[in-house]
Order: sequence, then C-alpha cells, then structure tokens
Amino acid sequence: MKKEFTITVYTENHIGLLVRIATIFSRRKINIESLNTSPSEAEGIHRFTIVIVETEEVVRKLARQIEKQVEVLKAYYNTNEEIIWQELALYKVPTDEIAEKVKVERLLREHGARAVVIRKDYTIFETSGHREETDKLVAVLAPFGLIEFVRSARVAIIKESKGFHEKLREFDEAQPGEELVENEFLDKQDEVFSM
Amino acid sequence: MNTIEEVKIEVKPLPQPPPQGAGGYSGSQAVLEALIAEGVETVFGYPGGAIMPIYDALYDYNDRLKHILVRHEQGGIHAAQGYARTSGRVGVVFATSGPGATNLVTGLADAMIDSTPVVAVTGQVFAHLLGTDAFQETDVINITTPVTKWNYQVTDATEIPAIMAKAFHIARSGRPGPVLIDITKNAQIQKFEYEGYTKCNHVRSYRPKPIVRKAYIEEAAKLINEAKKPFVIFGQGVILGKAEKEFRAFIEKTGIPAAWTILGLSALPTDHPLNVGMLGMHGNYAPNVLTNDCDVLIAIGMRFDDRVTGRLDKYAKQAKVIHLDIDPSEIDKNVKATVGVWGDCKETLPLLTKLAEAKTHTPWLEKFRELDREEVKEVIFEELNPTTEQLTMGEVIRILNELTDGNAVIVTDVGQHQMVACRYAKFNQTRSNVTSGGLGTMGFALPAAIGAKFGAPNRTVVAVIGDGGIQMTIQELGTIMQTGLNVKILILNNQFLGMVRQWQQLFNDKRYSFVDIASPDYVMVAKGYGIEGQKVSERANLVNALQTMLSHNGAYLLEVMVGKENNVFPMVPQGCSVSEVRLK
Repeated sequence: MKKEFTITVYTENHIGLLVRIATIFSRRKINIESLNTSPSEAEGIHRFTIVIVETEEVVRKLARQIEKQVEVLKAYYNTNEEIIWQELALYKVPTDEIAEKVKVERLLREHGARAVVIRKDYTIFETSGHREETDKLVAVLAPFGLIEFVRSARVAIIKESKGFHEKLREFDEAQPGEELVENEFLDKQDEVFSM
Repeated sequence: MNTIEEVKIEVKPLPQPPPQGAGGYSGSQAVLEALIAEGVETVFGYPGGAIMPIYDALYDYNDRLKHILVRHEQGGIHAAQGYARTSGRVGVVFATSGPGATNLVTGLADAMIDSTPVVAVTGQVFAHLLGTDAFQETDVINITTPVTKWNYQVTDATEIPAIMAKAFHIARSGRPGPVLIDITKNAQIQKFEYEGYTKCNHVRSYRPKPIVRKAYIEEAAKLINEAKKPFVIFGQGVILGKAEKEFRAFIEKTGIPAAWTILGLSALPTDHPLNVGMLGMHGNYAPNVLTNDCDVLIAIGMRFDDRVTGRLDKYAKQAKVIHLDIDPSEIDKNVKATVGVWGDCKETLPLLTKLAEAKTHTPWLEKFRELDREEVKEVIFEELNPTTEQLTMGEVIRILNELTDGNAVIVTDVGQHQMVACRYAKFNQTRSNVTSGGLGTMGFALPAAIGAKFGAPNRTVVAVIGDGGIQMTIQELGTIMQTGLNVKILILNNQFLGMVRQWQQLFNDKRYSFVDIASPDYVMVAKGYGIEGQKVSERANLVNALQTMLSHNGAYLLEVMVGKENNVFPMVPQGCSVSEVRLK
C-alpha cells in the first residue's frame, strides 16, 4: 500500500549530488512531494529530507540506490509515525484588512501565526506545522485578500535517531569532507584568455 | 573625404591567459602524470578543441603513454571497455567537449550496467563560458550522471591530482563502473605547484568493501549443507572479484552444479564437470528448467536480470535463495534472498567453502545431464553439425573452438550470433568473453575487440559480429588499419537483423518489419582499409577459411554467409517462466 515516507539522507557537500539523487526518483517516474537540503548536526555533513508517496518495498529499494551513491553516507526512510516534522508557511495579507477586521486578528491568533513584517500596505505572517494546518490558514485567509502564500519543504527529525555523530565514526570522522570548489571564473569573462 | 590617416584604429591588447603559478606543471600534464601513476599504458581517444591542451601535453608523453586514435568516440569508450574486460585494469578514454562527450554516453551506459571500470576524461569549454552555450559546450556532467558511477567537473588545475586519484579508486573498487572527469580548458592550461601524485584508497562517504558478517556466512553454509538439490548461478562478480579460484574451490568441495550468466561466462572452464551451462532467455535447457526444481539457489555476483529470470513470480519460488553480492542494493532488488551475503566474493567464498561440507550430488547432477542430452538431441547436435545446405552460426563457432582449442578471446556484438557464440564457444581461461550484456549495445564488438587485443596482446582475439552490428561501428576498421592490430573479424551474415526477425516470426506473425538489412561487400570494404579478408558460403571451404583467418599475420575479416531464417533455441519467451523454456 502506498503511503507517505520521509527519506533522510546524510551526504557530503558536493555539486551535482542533488541531480544524482533526484534522478533516482525521476528515472522511475516517482514524484518528489517535498525536498529540503540543510546542514546536519554533524559538521560538514548535509542532510536531505525527501517526502514521497510509495509502497515500503519501493522506498526500501530507493533508499539503497541513494545510499549507493559515492557521496552519500547514509539513507533512512520512515513513516509519518516515526518522525516529528514541520513545514514553515508564509502568508502576505493586506494590512488594512487586518487592521480593520477584528476577526482576522482572532483567526491568526487561533492558528498561532506570528507577524514577521508589518508594512503600511501588507503584513507577512508565519506559521509552522503540518501541511493540513498551514493549508487550513490559507483557506481561512483567502476571503481577506491573501496576496501571497508559500510553504517550505518538510523538515523532519527521526524519533528513534541518536543523531549522526556516532554513525559518522563508522565512516572515519577524522577524514574531513572534501572542500567544495565552485566556478570562480563566471564573472571574469573580460579578464580571461579564451579562443 | 576621409584620408586613411584620419581613421583611427584602436588596437586592443589580446586577452591574456590566467595568471600562472610558479610551478612547472599544467593541468594537462597533471592528468597524464595521474595516468602514469595509475599504471595506465594505453589510452583510447579522439582530440578536439576543448581537449587540445591535454593532447598537446600528450605529444611529450608519447614514450610513456600509448594513445590509440579511434574513429568515433563511441569506438573509443567501447575499446576502453574491451581493454578493461580482458586486462582487469581500468580502461581510459579521452574525448573533447560537446559531441565528443555525448558520443561517449552509450559506452558509459554500457559500462555502468556491465560494471566495467572505465575513466573517461572529457574536455570542456573555459570555466567562464560555462552556461553561455559556447561552441561545443554541453552539460556533460548532467547528461552522464545517471550512467556513471561518479562524475566531476574540474575548473581549477590544482584539483586534478586528487580528483584523478579519486576517479581511479571509485572506478575499480567495490562494484566497478565508469567515472567521467570533465576538465575545463582553462584548468588544462593553468600552471600550478605540482606536489606529486598520491593514490586514493579511501573516500569517507564511500564504502566499496563491506565487512563480512560471520552470521550470514554461517546461515548460508547451513542452508547449503542441508540442501539436497543445491544450484549455483554465477555472474561477472566472480571475474571482477578475481575470485575464479575461490569459486572453483567452493563448487568442487560442495559438488554443486553451476550455471553462468552471459557476463559470468569464462569464469569457469567450459569443460568443467560442474559447469552446466548458460542461464536465461537463450540459455541451456537444464539450468533453466532446474532453477524451478532446486531447493537452494546460490547466486554469486549476479543481479537477476530479467533476461535471466523470466517471469519473476514464477522464478525459483520453491527455493531458498542465498545471494552473494558486493553491492547491497542488488540484494532483494529483484529476487528476495533468504540469506543475503554482502561482501566481496573473494572473501566470502573461502569463508563459505570452509564451513561447507564436502559432498557430491550425483543424482541431482544426473538430472542436469539428462536434460542436457535432450537439448543436444533436439537442438545442439543439429546446430553444430547441420544437415541443411545452409551454414549455421553454431557450426562456425564449433570449428572456431576446434581451431583455437578454446584459448581465444571471443568478443561478441548483440543479437543471434551473440547468443550462439556464448552458448557454444569453448573457454579454458577467464576474461575471455567480452560482450555487451546488460545494455545490449549493437556496434560494441568491433571497437571492444580492439581494446580487448590491447588488454591481452598475446592472445588471439576474435570479434564475432552480425551483419547489423558491424555496420554500426564499421569505421573502427580505420583504427585497426592505422594501428596494424591483429584482430580477427568474423561476420556471421544472415542478411537480417536476426534476433528481431526471430521475434517477429514467433510473436508477430512473420511481419518482418524493417529487419531486412542490406550489406556492403565487406571484403572490399576491408580491402579499402588494407585489411585482408574473404567471404565463404560453402561448407567445404569453411574450415580452411577460418584457419586462414586465424593463421594470417595481422587483422583479417571473414564473412560467413549463414542460413537466413535460423532461430536461436532454446528460448524462454518473454513473460514466461524459466521452466517454460522452449526447445523449438
């Protein structure tokens, strides 16, 4: 049976790794519902959080394919019951509407929204939570002229996880990840020799 | 009216190369130093604009590195693959940016699926031009990501030594595969302080060699010892792990019959008493039928390709499955393993042999013999000793076996001739079979044979190719001409794209849709390249022709006209179980 799985991937920081991981899904025509990359608790180790809807059998094979990539240290997959997760949402609403209508203020309060920016013309609120929660506020704000809405990818913590520090020892913690080399010539077109 | 003097021509100074460091090495030199340090002697390649600095440096390395100029980059990478297969070393190919690099893609995909260690070095436009749609710019890294084990773009020469070291380490360790290093032109030109070359043997996030878990070995040994009808199926993992001896010791002690996948071929001598033949769609009768009769199936270094398993839901369902593989993602991928033994079979097999009891499985082995006799009677005898007027592919291979005594390297292309050659060719030693198994790349054989010969210069190399495949990479005759390489080219011409025709006959009511392929006069084409050759269609001339080909001092092309509508049997039709294998 298909259900939501969260795949957590610990990786080195490497240009092109995002594509390498993404093609593992696209090759099988699997849609990525949400994808987040960020640093992890271990220095120099990055963390991908990927949400897909698939059967456990498929997800297990995907995790192994991901882990097979040279720059990937470890891939875990978990059901929603096994993780704590949040998504961040931002809402842009006309300031007059909020100022004039008491109801809006109450709604925002009920949904635990916090003002990030207040300007004469608009105000930006932020909430975090599960998708249903942030979606609910969109529906509620729609009649009051919601100008813009954006939601981040899921970030998740595995309940059972003891973090990656211990695991990293298996991979030779002493050896630092390789330094990232970016293209430093892109803005130097006029200065460099070419033919 | 303006006079000439009045026109001011402003002469701008030409842009200069990037500032050069004090060190004496260019990025290009660092690339070549890396190859030498890695023990590379032969490089296949084709120059072009973006890789010119490397080729310029190569001019001075002529005494240390042999460069083989191919006629197409696809030929270059297939040659590198052939080289890797026969030599057991990493094949190296150079190509320029854009079309040069995209021409490598088929070979990379082939090397990826057949786990062949290859390092491809491609030139790339200057780093500051990346993303500007510069001349011959393509996004090679992203194009090749799904078909490489690892790839990397170098924009700074100082990275080159470490990256090349990493490339070789990744290509040959663990489950081998192709690695592509894309080097921008500025990095090839750039001079830097060269601090020597250090081989890489460790990458933090990469664990090519797992620690073998004793518990799984014990569990596997227990199953093997309790088995009444154990059956070993093995693949290229045995060859890649250089574990042929360990493998033989294992089957000889346990007395278990062993069948091979097309890439496992030649790891075990053909006439070994426990060699029960080929698995899969056109494999032998006994191993296919008895896959669904064995009680313990021991898969060693193979990946349960669909051409081997047929219908998965009817594949060895009665058996407990032990799967030895170095790649953990292969275990449980297609066939669920009762015991998965993750490890290098060079290590795991001796551990298993130690715990396994010495046995013979005579009645079980007799079952294989019995079905084999049936196959000989129904298929093999007639194929090898035909009574028809037309020649068969099988008899050509039989005579080739007799003349080479099974000591040749046989390189095959893709299709009917490939199945026939692999079924009937005799092999005494490992690394003698070079073929495109997983990808099924037509056009593979001719360039791969060139590489195979460079990888095994003292051995006879025979490329067996169909009339379709030869026309896909026939330009590589030019490479043979120029290098004076002693490669034997055996074209089995049935005037059809035979395998597709066979399917059309069996499954599409003989609707022969675009399989009728015309051929040029191959002997004359070869002659144009200065290669000797002849064509035979009479049985009476066949032995002599093959003998002439083999004893000729130099490359030789022999075209054999074979029956037009012969089919390869046995056959497991698509969607059928292996035990539903048809003899006709």
